[in-house]
Amino acid sequence: MKLLGLFNYWVFAVLLMIGLYALISKKNLVKKIMALAIFQSAVFLFFITMSRVDGGTAPIIQAGVPDQIFSNPLPQVLILTAIVVGISTTALGLAIVVRLYEEYGTVEDDEILAMDRES
Amino acid sequence: MTTLLIGIFLLSLLVITAVAIVRSEDLFSAVMLSGIFSLLMALNFFLLDAADVALTEAAVGAGVATVLLLAGLKLTPPTEAKGRSLRKLSVVVIAVTTLLMIYASFGQPTLGDPMAPAQQHVAPWYIEKTPELIDIPNIVTAVLSSFRGYDTLGEVFVVLTAGIGVMFLLGGGRGKPFSRLDSHVEEGLSGHLIPKVMARLLIPFILLFALFVQFHGEYSPGGGFQAGAIFVAGIILYSLVRGEGLALAVIPPRVLLWMSAGGALLYGSVGLAGIVMGGQFLEYSVLSENPVTGQHIGIIVIELGVGLTVTGVLLSIFHAFAARD
Repeated sequence: MKLLGLFNYWVFAVLLMIGLYALISKKNLVKKIMALAIFQSAVFLFFITMSRVDGGTAPIIQAGVPDQIFSNPLPQVLILTAIVVGISTTALGLAIVVRLYEEYGTVEDDEILAMDRES
Repeated sequence: MTTLLIGIFLLSLLVITAVAIVRSEDLFSAVMLSGIFSLLMALNFFLLDAADVALTEAAVGAGVATVLLLAGLKLTPPTEAKGRSLRKLSVVVIAVTTLLMIYASFGQPTLGDPMAPAQQHVAPWYIEKTPELIDIPNIVTAVLSSFRGYDTLGEVFVVLTAGIGVMFLLGGGRGKPFSRLDSHVEEGLSGHLIPKVMARLLIPFILLFALFVQFHGEYSPGGGFQAGAIFVAGIILYSLVRGEGLALAVIPPRVLLWMSAGGALLYGSVGLAGIVMGGQFLEYSVLSENPVTGQHIGIIVIELGVGLTVTGVLLSIFHAFAARD
């Protein structure tokens, strides 16, 4: 039972490392952007896992219900804004990749590096 | 117990999807899988009692992000170059780090532990003081827009900056500034009956729901970030089905620029209004005779600013990608 309660952290670790692995070893820049998104989602999962309280509910006060237990609103606030910032920065990264493709004709980073070395 | 098991099931699916995204060489299927990934993530957030976050992730991750990645994929090669990925050293490093993190997890409090350090610090204060100081039911909105208004202001400017970056990089097509963006796609999918009918049925409700989420965010899950993303999803659906030309006629690029910058400025000017009225930057209590009413006014206005900026920036980004050829 105690071990099952840690399952979220294991998934966090595995997702984080899947993202990092793809970021290191994949050459395709679009794939790298997706890997970054997975990495980012793992961090979101970690924060939201910390916000949960047993027997709690979403932090919205219901009138006339005394002694409610709420989950921690703070990590939720941080992640809520981080998701929207995340999509904006993903789009920025993707825009850079599109421009790179227009200049170099490829989105594989080793080919781009090779072209830079030649010139 | 049931919730825990459902959670474990969903999290396992999440890991499988992530592996599939990394493994697939066809980037188109990777993008589709990342949409599924976001939807599963949203379900997990919902299960973990984070209704606001789940709403955001579903609208942003599964909706807008998928479309943006597809729009980017239209401009770049759809497949990955083969057979150059597996590196032994990186696999070893990743495996060792994963094991270390799993080992470290045994020192973490279990899921839902009320005595965990994260629950002891400021969170109880926020929960206790929200009814008294701000008097709105949704504590997440209260913390987002009032207690931690500075953070949110910063986030809004980060979103705006990222949007400006995309507009500079892609512009309104080759050699044109973003404000002169136009589209030659007049038709969209309107030749296909089913998307056309579905879109006609869905779009009004999506836009209406976005407005509900915007203006009801103090009472139920919602607020400017979610409303902006949902609104953008509705407009994107419209432009996919009826053609980008029509969507640009509804909201021209110049208006989008004004929305993006205007929302952030609106937020900042509420802060300045606080100073002018004799309080501090982003102190809403001084905006009205009654401090609680002042808080309500401040929260509604800054949520409107957030909604405007998010809508403007995300829609500009979509159009910038879509108009590029």
